[in-house]
Amino acid sequence: MPNTTTVISQDFAGVPPRLQLFGITKTYPGVVANRDISLTVQPGEIHAVLGENGAGKSTLMKIIYGAVKADAGSLVMDGQRVAVRNPGEARALGISMVFQHFSLFDTLTVAENVWLGLSSKLSLAEVSQRILQTAEAYGLPIEPARPVHTLGVSERQRVEIVRALLTNPRLLILDEPTSVLTPQAVESFFVTLRKLASQGCSILYISHKLHEIRALCTACTVLRGGEVSGECDPRNESNASLSRLMIGAEPPALVHRLVNTGAVVLDVRQLDLQKEDQFGVDLLQVTLQVCAGEVVGVAGVSGNGQKELLYALSGEDTRAVADAIVVRGQPAGRMGPRRRRALGLHFVPEERLGRGAVPSLSLARNLMLTRREAIGQSGWLDRGKLQAQAARIIAGFGVKSGGPQAHAKSLSGGNLQKFIIGREIDAKPALLIVSQPTWGVDVGAAVQIRGELLRLRDAGCAVLVVSEELDELFEISDRLYVMANGRLSPSLPRAKATVELVGQWMSGLWMQDRHAEAQHASA
Amino acid sequence: MPVLEVRPQSSLFWSYASPVLALLITVLIGVLLFVALGKDPVKGLQVFFWEPIRSPYAVGELLVKATPLLIIALGLAVCFRSNVWNIGAEGQFVMGAVAAGGIALLAEKTTGAWIVPAILLAGILGGMAWAGLTALLRDRFNANEILVSLMLVYVADMILSYLVFGPWKDPNGYNFPQTKTFEAVTQIPRLMQGSRVNIGIILALFGVVALWLFLFRTYAGFRHEVSGLAPAAARYAGFSSRIALWLALLTSGGAAGLAGALEVAGPIGQLTPYVPAGYGFAAIIVAFVGRLHPVGVVFSAILMSMFYIGGELAQSRMGLPKSITGVFQGLLLFSLLGCDTLIAYRLRLAKAITMPVATPPSSDVLKGAH
Repeated sequence: MPNTTTVISQDFAGVPPRLQLFGITKTYPGVVANRDISLTVQPGEIHAVLGENGAGKSTLMKIIYGAVKADAGSLVMDGQRVAVRNPGEARALGISMVFQHFSLFDTLTVAENVWLGLSSKLSLAEVSQRILQTAEAYGLPIEPARPVHTLGVSERQRVEIVRALLTNPRLLILDEPTSVLTPQAVESFFVTLRKLASQGCSILYISHKLHEIRALCTACTVLRGGEVSGECDPRNESNASLSRLMIGAEPPALVHRLVNTGAVVLDVRQLDLQKEDQFGVDLLQVTLQVCAGEVVGVAGVSGNGQKELLYALSGEDTRAVADAIVVRGQPAGRMGPRRRRALGLHFVPEERLGRGAVPSLSLARNLMLTRREAIGQSGWLDRGKLQAQAARIIAGFGVKSGGPQAHAKSLSGGNLQKFIIGREIDAKPALLIVSQPTWGVDVGAAVQIRGELLRLRDAGCAVLVVSEELDELFEISDRLYVMANGRLSPSLPRAKATVELVGQWMSGLWMQDRHAEAQHASA
Repeated sequence: MPVLEVRPQSSLFWSYASPVLALLITVLIGVLLFVALGKDPVKGLQVFFWEPIRSPYAVGELLVKATPLLIIALGLAVCFRSNVWNIGAEGQFVMGAVAAGGIALLAEKTTGAWIVPAILLAGILGGMAWAGLTALLRDRFNANEILVSLMLVYVADMILSYLVFGPWKDPNGYNFPQTKTFEAVTQIPRLMQGSRVNIGIILALFGVVALWLFLFRTYAGFRHEVSGLAPAAARYAGFSSRIALWLALLTSGGAAGLAGALEVAGPIGQLTPYVPAGYGFAAIIVAFVGRLHPVGVVFSAILMSMFYIGGELAQSRMGLPKSITGVFQGLLLFSLLGCDTLIAYRLRLAKAITMPVATPPSSDVLKGAH
């Protein structure tokens, strides 16, 4: 085969860049995901790809990794034009990728999981040996024999990274890798990445967290609306300047008013709940209060019992002791979602498609999941009323959609989230519980959603927000709890909450703090 | 080479065009089949698609066979829409027929016309009870409803056999395994002279309207559908999955039982081991080809009825085995499942890739990086 070696550019000391993209374009029907994108990654460089959700980061990475085929453009590795037709070819070229959502089998051990992705020539013992070697070389402690379901999230991520490293990558793509880590774990993770880069491996680091990019990366390509909106050295930039590149304007600041709390609306008293499935988390002695007119945040790395707590609070799980969950003075632990809704408890789940909304039904019909205004006494639907109600919510919350008859799945994540939150806010709840309010939502919609939550609070509603995004919780909460290992920390006023303290508490360290305090007091 | 490409949104056009394309493919394969068997394909198609609608009497016969298919398929549409997989409508049909037959056997020459509604009610209850067993086992023990409902078909067949070979056998029937012929008063009223079409067709069309209203105009129908489309959303909304399960199985069981009652007290007029004619299984295909939509099911029921009649005619006129009906039914279902791919995917002729392909760097380059 004739080798069409074209040396595109030769930088320092004649070493060609590790990866160059020229004019990558990918069009999906109705949307240009990538338009004429070019970027250059040097050997040993940690290169950030920054952009909002929907800016085209994931599509671009999938093109590099061979999971998606570009319509136009070329890819050059080490000065050679290459065509990556599938992830197998990408791996053969030395490209590895760690996805945001892990792909590990819970019931297999670490070594077995890694083995699955490697060539079948190796024995399991050899794989275990190599895992240990790699783990030690990069300071990533891992036990090859442990079943994956016994691992915490950060340990699972280590497995994914070790698996990627075992293929000896020359380009490692990391997609939002820190979303599952505590601030302290992020620090040690960065140490590993810097070490990897110093040995010559290039890293493409996808994120929307500005401070991380500034701390870690030495180059940055910013995407906006599928196009490159800027290139910079993030070490010389400020959060504000990066954010301008990312969204074109600085988001308007939220106005915080003084807290004016009323009666306790949600009172959870020492809630104990056994996990429903094998891989869940037991809730232990969870105690929390939310009063009218305040926003209470629950911080924590996901997978520490948030999902289980939300199931118990929403009524999707009715196994709790009746008195353990009190809503507006009524013991609600055993009530289903419809009875809790009648008490004024409304809930916006994390999963929008399939839980918060039925993908294949229209927005109007999706209203009826939680709203009954358009349902006549004998159970007949008043379609005109339903249509009008949906149109009102769509207009009131600025939902971009094809109207009340548009299928839920045709909306973007941000617009569907606006519709779902609008549906619940429009019900004039006494208590609104929101899980990951802005997960996967573009910045504009996120700002609007946070504003709506604060407006609701000012109107006297009790608001409980469960989120992985510390920035978001600091921005909107009046008080914070931290969840770790199925337990909830004591309440923390926002004025006293710092990233360091909350970060420590995310590993469950408040118990030690209290222990020390108690000892201190007794001494 | 053409490649399949995921559509950004599933195609509304193909969700309607797919059954039509499937029918065309079925016909095409049918023609090839006739040719391979050395039969005249034109005559073959004529037997399947023209003979059944050639005369008013033929159309009547078409409707006689379409009626039970339609009634059962309507029930199954309710069932399948909630993701409950009742594969045993045949068994519920048989138990409906047994219950209805039991009531019909009680009738005497002097019995009043009230016996007909009693027979139909017994049929419904018989089918419901049989499907209720499946619901109970699923609800109580989480037993797989596909397996349970399917196996109960064979149990139902056994019960029917036991009755017609044993206690219910006609003492004057020369030891044939069948009950005595039901009294004339039990006969399901016919719509007109000279045709076997009876009020079953009216009940079926009533069912079409009722199902349409239930699905698209009532809150209960909405709740039912959500439990099938998105179980997590149903749980979030607080819609009971148990209610959906029982509703699905009791409705489809009741419908199959009603079809059984209409069949034994209508065209058959007695219980024999030949009551199970495969309507319960064929109705699964009817329900899917009709897109689980009340109006779509009407068309597919008529189509499947054509296959039944065509199969019988092919037997007598062309010397083909009776199993030709099953072959056509199966072909249609397979073609439909294949064509349904086009709802979520589209076929694209791959363009030549303009990117030149270079060989991956040799392994020593890889090692050099470390």
